[in-house]
Amino acid sequence: MAEAPLLDVNGVTLRYKTPGSVVTATERVSFSVNRSDRFVLLGPSGCGKSTLLKAVGGYLKPSEGAITILGRKVTEPGPDRMMVFQEFDQLLPWKTVLENVMFPLMDARKLSRKEAEDKARHYIEKVHLTRALHSYPHTLSGGMKQRVAIARGMAMEPDILLMDEPFAALDALTRRTCQDELLQLWEETRFTVMFVTHSIGEAIKIGNRILLLSPHPGRVKAEVVDVDAASPTDGSAGRLEKEIHDMLFADEAGEAH
Amino acid sequence: MAEQAGTRAPRIILRPAEGVVSGEVERELSFFERAWDNGAVRKVVIILALAALWEAYGRYTANPLLFPTLSDTLEALMENIRSGVLPARAWASLKVLLTGYAAGIVMAGLLTIAAINTRLGSDFLETMTAMLSPLPAIALLPLALLWFGLGNGSLVFILVHSVLWPVALNTHSGFRAVSNTLRMVGRNYGLRGFAFIRKILIPAAFPSILAGLKIGWAFAWRTLVAAELVFGVSSGQGGLGWFIFENRNLLEIPSVFAGLLTVILIGLVVENLIFRTIERKTVLRWGLQQ
Repeated sequence: MAEAPLLDVNGVTLRYKTPGSVVTATERVSFSVNRSDRFVLLGPSGCGKSTLLKAVGGYLKPSEGAITILGRKVTEPGPDRMMVFQEFDQLLPWKTVLENVMFPLMDARKLSRKEAEDKARHYIEKVHLTRALHSYPHTLSGGMKQRVAIARGMAMEPDILLMDEPFAALDALTRRTCQDELLQLWEETRFTVMFVTHSIGEAIKIGNRILLLSPHPGRVKAEVVDVDAASPTDGSAGRLEKEIHDMLFADEAGEAH
Repeated sequence: MAEQAGTRAPRIILRPAEGVVSGEVERELSFFERAWDNGAVRKVVIILALAALWEAYGRYTANPLLFPTLSDTLEALMENIRSGVLPARAWASLKVLLTGYAAGIVMAGLLTIAAINTRLGSDFLETMTAMLSPLPAIALLPLALLWFGLGNGSLVFILVHSVLWPVALNTHSGFRAVSNTLRMVGRNYGLRGFAFIRKILIPAAFPSILAGLKIGWAFAWRTLVAAELVFGVSSGQGGLGWFIFENRNLLEIPSVFAGLLTVILIGLVVENLIFRTIERKTVLRWGLQQ
């Protein structure tokens, strides 16, 4: 705990304009992420978790508070914070799998073609897509596309990998495979990841820390630590899931009365 | 009930496949099936049928002054090619056409870049396109002749007009249709300004850009032939339109048809060889178009 946090989000309020109104997505949210954390933002829709992730990505300026990563203030998007999106169209359709992973390595990291290719091949192998190396994205399944996006993000070896519900649009079986694969990758390289989800089960499976947000506007409700201690075999994960569920929906139940 | 539930447990029962496994997953298509699946083959069949129809109708009317047969036309075509007249005329047309086309594309590019970077530029493009796009290029010809004289300058001017608006409009709408996710990916790589346009927007909008280029080409070709028909000659070197006009005045009707056929042939070659090849190597391979 002596180490300074990798990412520090301090009292961040995010507002965005829609035609005719200003929506407050989050209000004075603070948290910090340490190196090698699997930090999950969890909350019902409308709690601003995706907006928060985009602000860390640099796509959105906080109207209050500040976001700093390794002491640098986040002002714009950059390759030190690679994003993995939910949408399947996040790969460049005019590049093959290999070229998609190589492109940011050459363009942003300024690696030579040879170095970029070696690194890209290494990470594509890690997500088990070597056989699709020269395929174009439109020939891949949804799960494969997301795995390429993860390989692309990890190959850049960013300070933090930002994942915006990357598995939400996948079928249940593929989602489980992808989750397992992500954890396997984390075991191997211990990268820092910030993961947004609305599924409590996924949050418990992926994260070691979970930040619970309440909606309208998004505020921090609680933080769950040492999530890895929960085990699906002895039922502790199930109990934790129920506890989180009750906590998140306690207010709504109260309002309904 | 409770007792029964106690004795029941989920089981997995393996089921053997019924009948003989056929093994046929793929079957090779016969030669004719494969040939018919080829778009080029089907198109050639259509063209041959039309040619046969032309020949038959020409022979039936037997009036070479109004409707020469295909064989007469081909003969005139060969003769004009051999004498070097037709290739020279076609080249004269193509030279002007390529100049105007290239200038139009460059201007469309500049206008579109201004349009995606500033709101005012976008308003300007939309207003100009709305006003000038419906204006037939040929209607500008009298003015162009006044401004640029009786030469290639006037032709290039109206060609630019006919290329600029469709290309700019298509490119602009293509840029605007690029998904937000792809834009965010590009910015995530730290791309901005011209690099962002070149590495993300242009390839992502390529189907629209290509469609604009095709429309622009067709517009330019039509405009040029029509303009040459109107005044055609500059320093004794007219283009294909002038060739058609000249031969009509001489009542060399097979040559008129030969001139028209050349216009069609060049159109077919550009569409089927150049644009199809670009399409096959880009948008079709990328799955951006079926």
